[in-house]
Amino acid sequence: MNWYGIRAIYKFEMARTWRTLMQSIASPVLSTSLYFVVFGAAIGSRMGEIEGVSYGAFIIPGLIMLSLLSESISNASFGIFFPKFSGTIYEVLSAPVSAFEIVTGYVGAAATKSLVLGLLILLTARFFVDYQILHPFWMLGFLVLTAVTFSMFGFIIGIWADDFQKLQVIPLMVVTPLTFLGGAFYSINMLPEFWQKVTLFNPVVYLISGFRWSFFGIADVNVGVSLAMIFLFLLLCLAGIWWIFRTGYRIKT
Amino acid sequence: MNPIISVSNLSKTYSGGFTALREVNLDIHQGEIFALLGPNGAGKTTLISIVCGIVNATAGTVKADGHDVVQDYRAAREKIGLVPQELCTDSFESVLATVKFSRGLFGKAPDPAYIERLLRQLSLWEKRDSRIMTLSGGMKRRLMIAKALSHEPKILFLDEPTAGVDVELRKDMWSMVRQLRESGVTVILTTHYIEEAEEMADRVGVINHGRIILVEEKNTLIKKMGSKELLLQLSEPIKEIPGPLADLPLELTGDGYQLLYRFDIQEGDTGITNLLRRLDQAAIDFRDLQTRESSLEDIFVGLVRGARQGIDGDTGDGERR
Repeated sequence: MNWYGIRAIYKFEMARTWRTLMQSIASPVLSTSLYFVVFGAAIGSRMGEIEGVSYGAFIIPGLIMLSLLSESISNASFGIFFPKFSGTIYEVLSAPVSAFEIVTGYVGAAATKSLVLGLLILLTARFFVDYQILHPFWMLGFLVLTAVTFSMFGFIIGIWADDFQKLQVIPLMVVTPLTFLGGAFYSINMLPEFWQKVTLFNPVVYLISGFRWSFFGIADVNVGVSLAMIFLFLLLCLAGIWWIFRTGYRIKT
Repeated sequence: MNPIISVSNLSKTYSGGFTALREVNLDIHQGEIFALLGPNGAGKTTLISIVCGIVNATAGTVKADGHDVVQDYRAAREKIGLVPQELCTDSFESVLATVKFSRGLFGKAPDPAYIERLLRQLSLWEKRDSRIMTLSGGMKRRLMIAKALSHEPKILFLDEPTAGVDVELRKDMWSMVRQLRESGVTVILTTHYIEEAEEMADRVGVINHGRIILVEEKNTLIKKMGSKELLLQLSEPIKEIPGPLADLPLELTGDGYQLLYRFDIQEGDTGITNLLRRLDQAAIDFRDLQTRESSLEDIFVGLVRGARQGIDGDTGDGERR
């Protein structure tokens, strides 16, 4: 195992975060805080409780997931796309590092950044809304699992993208709408019965539901199902990455 | 002696159908400076990229220091450093950070003393905290070399190392490459500057259309394939080569003021005495004469031109060079 190689990639990626602190951390924390101000403190105070939880607190897991998903994808995809774009990928490809070590370095760094961001948002939320965390270890577990899985997904997008537009298409056109429609701001029980069934095809529903359960003990779908869905997506991403390195898709000619 | 790089029956056809390498066989000896010459698109960069693991081969094998570059890629790649043709750097990183990154990537423990020595040797130590984007082109080129040497490789590939650099820097690079060779590093450089190969290489390989046309000791090559020219500056111009001299390999140039005589330096009798005697008999006077030996460039141009003419219908041989 090339531990120094993994560390080099990880440190390099983390250094990029510190160089772009405003963009990587401050900006998403600020924009999520605005949601807490508007929907939590301002509008939320005039809304009724959902399943015994105040509206301001109810949206916290969904808003953290929203940032976590988009930042995991964006960090990991940019991390591998930029070396491809600038040509510096030659160094990684010619180094004695395995596919597993490369992915560990890039995905590990992207997931760390998202995790830090998620926890910062959680802390920031405390300034605007009162909340409790019933199952803190499960909460951390969901956070880590989701960050790793979606960082892997981002890695795949970064390999697939051959221009900056493609880099943005999936996060903006697919992941963000799915998150908004995945119960970030409402319980799916509030939807008409037909749409309750349709919304179960949205994978983000399971992430938000499981994560919300770790906070308040309430969930739209069974927690076991939520976990199973995350693991399923994790396996799909692993398979995708394995195929990429096996075939050299868009990294080796 | 076992070769440090051994390329066997290596072929590469890209997905678009372009065949960049055709059954290439090549051995590089330990501690030598090997120059791979070839025109643009000849297959030089593809060959290097396969050895370094950046491009997958279609067929054939490559061994670096006895390790297969695919099966035993870790051991093989640890031995190799690569300076690519393009200046590919992360513009926002600092000089020191990027060199440390390269060392770590190749699985080496941090060694600040070595990195400092390396950067000083390449006149980059003063710039260690500068962002790469602020460096001049020459400094960036040196930085690429520092990155390639950061893990103390035994084999260094330099892909067109002096492309687009000024004469002074080019000479600095040559001097640095010689120092590397003296420290035991095997250097393989691709270039289309013949002067570079002539100046530095121990052996020269010529590649064209994906085939290795020739591999030879540089001096032997110049001796074996070189020819000499004798240029006679005539006192009076002549309109044509007189009949009694027509059987000699003469060419009339310089508006009739110059006679050019080509001869083979390998031949025992160069024919110069005969030429001078017959010029005297033909009453042709000359006021000056000079000789010129053909350069590696002349040989290279001749080889590539010859290969181009013979390319049609050529199936390529698999002979080891």
